[in-house]
Amino acid sequence: MGANDLNTIGQSVRRKEDARFLMGAGQFTDDVNPPHHTHAFFVRSPHAHAKIRKIDTTKAKTAPGVLAIYTGADLTGVNGLPCGWLITGTDGQPMKEPPHPVLAQGKVRYVGDGVAVVIAETPDQAKDAAELIEVDYEVLPAVVNPVDALKRGAPQLHEGAPGNKCYTWALGDKAAVDAAFAKAAHVTKLDIVNNRLIPNAIEPRAAVASYSRADDSYTLYVTSQNPHVERLLMTAFVLGLPETKVRVIAPDVGGGFGSKIYLYPEETALVWASKRINRPIKWTAERSESFLADAHGRDHVTHAELALDKEGKFLAMRVHTTAAMGAYLSTFASCIPTILYATLLAGQYTTPAIYCEVTAVFTNTAPVDAYRGAGRPEATYVVERLVHAAGAEMRIAQDEIRRRNFIRTFPYQTPVALLYDTGGYDACLDEAMRIADVKGFAARKADASKRGKLRGLGYASYIEACGIAPSNVAGALGARAGLYEAGEVRVNPTGGVTVFTGSHSHGQGHETTFSQVVASRLGIPIENVEIVHGDTGRIPFGMGTYGSRSLAVGGTAIMKALDKIVAKGKKIAAHLLEAAEADIEFKDGKFTVAGTDRSKAFGEIALAAYVPHNYPLDKLEPGLDETAFYDPTNFTFPAGTHICEVEVDPETGVVKIVNFSACDDFGNIINPMIVEGQVHGGLAQGIGQALLEQCVYDRESGQLLTGSYMDYAMPRADDLPSFKVTTKVTPCTHNPLGAKGCGEAGAIGAPAALMNAVHDALSAAGVKYLDMPATPHRVWEAIQSAKH
Amino acid sequence: MYAFQYQRAKTIADAASSLAKSGGKALAGGQSLVGAMKLRLANPGALVDLSGIAELKGIKKEGDAVVIGALTTHAEVASSTLVKQAIPALAALAESIGDRQVRNRGTIGGSIAHNDPAADYPAAVLGLGATVHTNKRKIAADDFFKGMYETALAADEIITAVSFPVPKKAAYVKFPQPASRFALVGVLVAQTGGGVRVAVTARLRTCTARRRWRTRWRRTSLRRPRRR
Repeated sequence: MGANDLNTIGQSVRRKEDARFLMGAGQFTDDVNPPHHTHAFFVRSPHAHAKIRKIDTTKAKTAPGVLAIYTGADLTGVNGLPCGWLITGTDGQPMKEPPHPVLAQGKVRYVGDGVAVVIAETPDQAKDAAELIEVDYEVLPAVVNPVDALKRGAPQLHEGAPGNKCYTWALGDKAAVDAAFAKAAHVTKLDIVNNRLIPNAIEPRAAVASYSRADDSYTLYVTSQNPHVERLLMTAFVLGLPETKVRVIAPDVGGGFGSKIYLYPEETALVWASKRINRPIKWTAERSESFLADAHGRDHVTHAELALDKEGKFLAMRVHTTAAMGAYLSTFASCIPTILYATLLAGQYTTPAIYCEVTAVFTNTAPVDAYRGAGRPEATYVVERLVHAAGAEMRIAQDEIRRRNFIRTFPYQTPVALLYDTGGYDACLDEAMRIADVKGFAARKADASKRGKLRGLGYASYIEACGIAPSNVAGALGARAGLYEAGEVRVNPTGGVTVFTGSHSHGQGHETTFSQVVASRLGIPIENVEIVHGDTGRIPFGMGTYGSRSLAVGGTAIMKALDKIVAKGKKIAAHLLEAAEADIEFKDGKFTVAGTDRSKAFGEIALAAYVPHNYPLDKLEPGLDETAFYDPTNFTFPAGTHICEVEVDPETGVVKIVNFSACDDFGNIINPMIVEGQVHGGLAQGIGQALLEQCVYDRESGQLLTGSYMDYAMPRADDLPSFKVTTKVTPCTHNPLGAKGCGEAGAIGAPAALMNAVHDALSAAGVKYLDMPATPHRVWEAIQSAKH
Repeated sequence: MYAFQYQRAKTIADAASSLAKSGGKALAGGQSLVGAMKLRLANPGALVDLSGIAELKGIKKEGDAVVIGALTTHAEVASSTLVKQAIPALAALAESIGDRQVRNRGTIGGSIAHNDPAADYPAAVLGLGATVHTNKRKIAADDFFKGMYETALAADEIITAVSFPVPKKAAYVKFPQPASRFALVGVLVAQTGGGVRVAVTARLRTCTARRRWRTRWRRTSLRRPRRR
């Protein structure tokens, strides 16, 4: 095997992770069973809003197998869960941050709000005992819709947040926008609901907390996307423990999509209680619990307007959004409808003036936070629905109206803070149109019409900001954390390499992609690279995985560590080869004296570093183990065009996706198969949002009506077409991998593409406007209404 | 789940006496019952497993009727050459139930004994004018289904088979609820010796029948058990 075969960048190498997953040999949090562990069950509020008059645990405490029962009142000295992003309002005041207790104190504010935790020898005993707990509630009126929650007379959730308002925030130049609208030839207006979603990772949340009296320390296994963040928030802000005394391990995790970023009450209560009973405590959510108590996504109500000149050139955009926060502020909730949303309203376009105002509201529902795309699907939906509607209203073809407004010179400073580094929007649009066979659409539409069906074509040219983020920029925008990443490359004496990364893989395939990056750079086989993640006891401090940042930020941290490895390797090689350091080249796994054939293999250098007999000990330390922390200099900007073709049966309202084509620019691609998998998954979730999924709370009682898969429609394979996905590459200009990230793109572009297609199909039936999800019931009703 | 006793019956008589003694529930495929037990919405105390009783299985032709044993799975009905030839609509209906895993476990006896208003089989039993055979008697379809989740069965009565008279023609079409894929509306129409029969399984309103209509209502929310 030649050295070049070891460079696997751009190859669809089979995933290292899959062997254990396919054989059921993974180790997930629920697989962890410390000796003598106990089981926790959480008692949750059945009411959306109520005062707690009394909690009587006397009968429950004597039930078989019960070791302890704790309520909010028992958690003295335990602070509330913090929010990690401070948003400052248009009034210059900080956002309202009402207490977010670990277990309810005095009041419950959503169905599912944790009231007590029962710890027993078996899960069934804990559940049986929980049924004996008597909670005396004084039920209060509830409000679940964010617009309703702002109305005068709405039930008030928190004393510290009058009118249920968390903040009103704005971005952009209102005066310039108003002036542009005054002169516009055409104004397109839309009212949009971005439907609330429940994340539904295949693995429910779980935690196992153990306390050790020997050294007063804790070990927590938890389904987290970011164990260091979890540890920092829990120890420093909530439990008042030294970070050094808590080890957080996120082993194999079955999907996160954002829902496993946050610090939740459950694992916090378990850690706290584990010391009190001095036995490990285990908790795994039941699926109905996941529905109730995982952070939900989206839930925006928006009014948006686009001003155009008579040629369809965008002059300005103004957007007002009411965003639900849920009953309490989750860890990143505040930045999703602001920093990660409004800053994307330029889309791929040269719109010179944009103004966005967002009001965030507390409602008697589960907390809302990032969910695949986190603010960018919402932004793309607003922009692309406006563009589609404008094109339809002004009778400008959908591709044409986009071309008239594409950004073509880079770097490009948008009017909403972001500086796009590079992109090639025309190329993606052209390619998407080609693979979607847009040319043949008219004929297919006519044919469908003969069969009594309505066909439609919808475009979404999306852009997103990922690879979060430059820490100083984030800090200036209110982040209470840094957003760098860490990577340690430890070369072992026998030449294998262990990489410790702050990124976390919960489906992304980092063990494979990162191995490809390291192996290719060092000229060693992929099998010789081990990726370690998820354990605060082993990895340097990292911020974790979300926002499509792992390759761009985590991968670059590893590259920087590799730079240091190679630099030191050159010094060692220079000594061994008796040459000047400047004359040493490193290529294909060999350190060579330039212009000669005298070389040393990587493995020889590794051994020399650890057995430093022939070694410049006076100038250089032994060992070959380097760490780098990388703070990105900008966001990255994946972008592309998705085109969806649908066929609607007007008699039943059923929307069938005939074709879905995507051309995405993710910068350089390390493993095309993994990228394609990410796109497929994102598209499935985006289509799920547009066609099927909706989290519904009863407006009167606040009960969660979509509490199981009986009523929450998850996308299945037969709901989806065979996707046609392809990529174009404009490498990211500011990281050495040239990578932009790809994890969320599908979820960002698909809803707009699909709904634009549905609107296109239904325009023939006179339907002007439809919100997601386009269920048969809603489509059919829209068609009927349009007839009258 | 709450704790329960599990018994495996060897014969129908054995099952009937176990049910009477234990006051528990008969277990066929468990596709509705086990789910309800996991949510603690059902607490039977004892389960009498019928799956080992050979007499409850099998599909055969008896005169003008297709007789399907109560413990025959949906997958077996869907793939049966006999059913596909004699009553193709019934095979198609069985094929449309749930998903592959559900069809491999769920049974016709279990389905009609449970009488979920969104299930498919009751429309077939009613629409085809079938007869439900139990260990005690024969019950005509028109007399079998009483109300939501309610049938004419006595506590210790076990369905042994369902016999379907072969119609001249029949068809079943359902509009699945997108989440559960249960029938939002399912209609079976049959041209039988005694005229045209139409059975509708549906979600919204109850309505009284004059012409063998059957509409049922299903609640759409999952409420947790009462808390004070």
